[in-house]
Amino acid sequence: MIQLIDVYKTFNGNDMVVEDLSLEIEEGELVVLVGESGCGKTTTMKMINRLEEVSSGTIMINGKDIKESDPIKLRRNIGYVIQQVGLFPHLTVGQNIGVVPRLTKNDPAKIAKRTIELLEMTGLKHEDYLNRYPNELSGGQQQRIGVARALANNPDVVLMDEPFSALDPITRCQLQDELLNLQEELHKTFVFVTHDVDEAIKIGDRIAVMQDGRIMQYNTPENILKNPANQFIENFVGQDRLWKTPNMLRAKDIMDKNYENMKDIKITDIVIVQPDTSLHEVLQLREKHELQIIPVVEEGVTVGIITESSILSLMAEIIPGNEGLKCPHTYCT
Amino acid sequence: MSAYILYVTNSWEQILSRSGEHVYLAFTAVGLACLVGIPIGLLINRNKKLANIVMNGANILQTIPSLAMFALLIPLVGIRDKNAILALFLYGLLPIIKNTYTGIRNVDPAITEAAKGMGMSSMQMLYKVQAPLAIPVIMAGVRIATVTGIGVATIATLIGSGGLGTLIYQGIGMMNYPMMISGAIAAALLALLTDYILGLLEKMMTSKGITSK
Repeated sequence: MIQLIDVYKTFNGNDMVVEDLSLEIEEGELVVLVGESGCGKTTTMKMINRLEEVSSGTIMINGKDIKESDPIKLRRNIGYVIQQVGLFPHLTVGQNIGVVPRLTKNDPAKIAKRTIELLEMTGLKHEDYLNRYPNELSGGQQQRIGVARALANNPDVVLMDEPFSALDPITRCQLQDELLNLQEELHKTFVFVTHDVDEAIKIGDRIAVMQDGRIMQYNTPENILKNPANQFIENFVGQDRLWKTPNMLRAKDIMDKNYENMKDIKITDIVIVQPDTSLHEVLQLREKHELQIIPVVEEGVTVGIITESSILSLMAEIIPGNEGLKCPHTYCT
Repeated sequence: MSAYILYVTNSWEQILSRSGEHVYLAFTAVGLACLVGIPIGLLINRNKKLANIVMNGANILQTIPSLAMFALLIPLVGIRDKNAILALFLYGLLPIIKNTYTGIRNVDPAITEAAKGMGMSSMQMLYKVQAPLAIPVIMAGVRIATVTGIGVATIATLIGSGGLGTLIYQGIGMMNYPMMISGAIAAALLALLTDYILGLLEKMMTSKGITSK
């Protein structure tokens, strides 16, 4: 677990870059710091591996204040991936992956085995890629190696600073998917910085939206989309965002809570749904059974009704207007 | 032309021994300049103020005319080889320090940031990442220093040191043009050959990952 407690950061003592920031990141969680450039998200991330020092406040990893660790040892136990990849061009792919294990003087045979293992995990065949140099690889392949290199020493925490921002949209989408699979498999704690809201919503378990060095809202993507904490968040994520991610809509978001004769509806022998049933499922049930009304039932009590008009009113709320269609990001789902 | 061939066939032993002296002067000086200049170039990357001072000092050294340099050093080390080697050494410092400094400084900041973020100490970063990447630039400095050194070494004869300059100046004095020309040509060939060999060395030392771009 990573805890940032009352963290402040200034450069030259006057410009406040990070202000009164507290954040808790659970083990195995993928947390995205998102915000416009200059909002302090990268600085916040760099304070975790002490590439930047806090001006005041405390950062703890697994209960231990990082100020008490030697910064070099600390960094060797934290994976680090940056946008420009930063592979060492004079080393082969295999040597690049093995850099940190060699720094920590692991057994060469073990390093070789681990390198092959990691290369395979990134989907690149080790026979083809182990001895190639970074400049022979595409941008996507380079960043795959960058991720493999960050995982080489089996760190608990991995920091990623806009790792996919320089890639073309299709490759970016693939790498996002691979990252999600990786997290599911390895259960590492990821801190991921991006300015791309779509990316944040897609990959984050929780998202911290930052502005002017402060966290404006820290919650799951679903909750941020549905209950933006303020006008800034609403504008930042875009009002049409839910329309692009309909998988986050559930029965409780569509239902009419004030239906007059709700209590009179008998919930036996008819199709009912739970508040958390997805929109997709609701619509399928409706189609399949040709239903006019679907009660939403929680622990035996009808809490709402889904009708044609409740679905239509939801659509009216979330379908984007012209301004929402200016930049399509529909390369991936 | 025939006079020239005649001179070379008659005096090849002398040309060779003068070449030997020449190589000794130039290589000793450049070798020392490498031993001193490369560490200085690496070190001043840590301190910008120091870098400015050192670079300015080396720049000033370079502006002193070679003949004046030999003369200026006489009160310090007298004449002959010591003087010549010291002068050539001072000339060699600037290109070596400058190229080492810029070679290290021009390493892509993304690469050094990655290195730091992965947990390399500044020394590890220097010898595992920055120095290997700067080799082509450092070697370019060494090559410039060597070629310059071989050129300037021809003047060393004026302070009683040997080398191919002896043939050139004696040739001029005795109106012996074949002698003068053979000295000049030998010095030029020596410079070309050395540069070629250093080029091969540079290729050997540089990773394929940065040459095959």
